[in-house]
Order: sequence, then C-alpha cells, then structure tokens
Amino acid sequence: MRYAIPLIIFLVIAGFLGSRLRGGYDPHIIPSVLIGKPAPDFSLPELRDPTKMFSPKSLRGKVWLLNVWGSWCIGCRQEHPYLMQLSRDSTLPIYGLDWNDKREPALATLAELGDPYVISVFDPDGRTAIDYGVTGAPETYLIDKEGVIRYKEVGQLTPEIMQNKILPLVRELNK
Amino acid sequence: MRLIVLLLVILFSLPAFALAKEAKSVSDDPELEKRVMALSEELRCLVCQNETLAGSQAELAVNLRNQIREQMKAGKTDGEILAFMTERYGKFILFRPPVDYTTYLLWFGPFVLLLAALIFLFRYVKKRRGLIVDIPLTPDERRRAEDLLQAEPRKTTI
Repeated sequence: MRYAIPLIIFLVIAGFLGSRLRGGYDPHIIPSVLIGKPAPDFSLPELRDPTKMFSPKSLRGKVWLLNVWGSWCIGCRQEHPYLMQLSRDSTLPIYGLDWNDKREPALATLAELGDPYVISVFDPDGRTAIDYGVTGAPETYLIDKEGVIRYKEVGQLTPEIMQNKILPLVRELNK
Repeated sequence: MRLIVLLLVILFSLPAFALAKEAKSVSDDPELEKRVMALSEELRCLVCQNETLAGSQAELAVNLRNQIREQMKAGKTDGEILAFMTERYGKFILFRPPVDYTTYLLWFGPFVLLLAALIFLFRYVKKRRGLIVDIPLTPDERRRAEDLLQAEPRKTTI
C-alpha cells in the first residue's frame, strides 16, 4: 500500500494534465462574461455604404448572429464557405463586424468569396469589438429578440456547433 | 575586414532600431503615457496571455491601450477603467488575479500543500523516532571508549 501512494499521486497528476491536452482545450477561449447580458449597442457605418449607419437596435424582435471577421483573418477565410451555406439556407440572418480592417481588402474579400452577411459594419479601430469582449476572429454571437447575447462561439462555426448548440437555442428563443 | 566590421556593427544595432520603433509615443503628454503604461501593467494581453498589455504589440493590445488612453483623457479613474475591462473580458484580464472564491485554490493551494507536507514530515519523523531502540553501552564497552578518548591522538598522515 505504501508503495502505491506515489503511483496514485502520479496517476492523478497525469490524468489532470492529460484531460487538458485532449478534448480540444484551448486557453485562448475565455468564458464570456456577456452571455445573458444585453448586446452592447453601437452605431457603425456599413462596410458597403459608409453613408448608412447600422445599429443592433434595429434588429429587435429577431434572432440573429453577429460574426466578427476581417480580411486579414485566416480562420475567417476557412469559416467562410460554411457562412455562405448558412446564408443560402437562410438558417439565421448573419450580420458581420469587420474588425481592425481596411475597407478595400474587406470588400475585395467579399467580392472574391461571396458575401454571407445581410449587412457588415466597419469597425476599423476595434472600439465596438472591445465592447463585445472580442479577443480574436472569428467569433460569433447569438443575439435574441430582446437584444440579449445568448451564446458566443470563439473560433470557427462548424455544422456540429450549429446543430448541437446554436440551433436548439434558436428553436427555444423562437417559441 | 573593414566591411565585415561595418556589417557587424549594423547587425548588432538592429535591435536598437527595433526598440526605437516600439517605444514610439502615441500621445505627446508624457504624464498621461506613464499612467497608461502603469495601468497596462495590471492588465493581461488576451492574445499572448502571459504578457501584460504594456509589453504586447498585438493589435488588440494596441486597441485596448488606446481605449485606456481615451478614458483617462475623459477623466476616468484607474478603478473605473479596470471595471470597464472586467465587464467586457472578465476577471481573466486582470494580470494579478483578485482573491475571491474562484481563485482561493490558486492563492492558498500552495500553503495547503506546504502544511500537508509539514504534517506528513512531522508524523514521519515521530514514527521513526519510535523505531530507534536505545541500547546502552556495557561497562566493558564504556571503558574501551574512555580509553580511546584519553589516548594520545595518533599522528595520521592526512
């Protein structure tokens, strides 16, 4: 028994470290403090037409996705085809927040890959992104009819996340 | 040879150029900059997580420092700015974790381990002490020991 104690301690430590290595644990994913809180309001120019301003207040009564992206962001490029599919299937309206970007490359990206967004707004100095606690792109927020953030995905949206996490929530919110 | 020396001088002065670029001041008020950097030391860069906001050149860190600078210009206190940051990014953004129920293990865990180790050590030593059997010297052995101690120290070749 006395010889088993170090072995048990070793196994506990190894098990703990192993569980962190497997299962896709990512220290960059910080639990959002904004879930269940009202989505911060903003008024930003649209990417396509800078003379038009967009505010999330105009989407009261709708369940929608806010997707943070940028033309410089490689993960967004990989996520893009799936957003295009979601937009074709009109699963949920997707609005874009073009973060820390310049207008020309952003428009060029949408011209090249297609535009999945109903509207994309332009946040060149990342002010609105700070209000939303954005740490990297892509990030996606699910916002309900009352304008409350219900879910946040750090990283790319996948069909699995959509099926298992977002769509069940959306069904409940649309009741 | 001279060319090589010149090239070496240029090579080793490159970091100085890089530093010069990093230290670029954003506002012309040195007092304000000092305050911005002091508060940035208290905040974590969320991109490169073991760095403070002050030391990071990540774009998000630059944005956050700009935010701090603006709020300071608007007359906000350091406490108000820290509250602004934790409302958005959670306590994780604080470089020195606050003492609360989520961080008790972090703050007090090492002391608990130390205490456990001391208790273990104390009990172990006590147990060992009980195992040592005290065998007194026989009168014969005692005499031999005294003889040895009183004898002329032998010259040794150490």
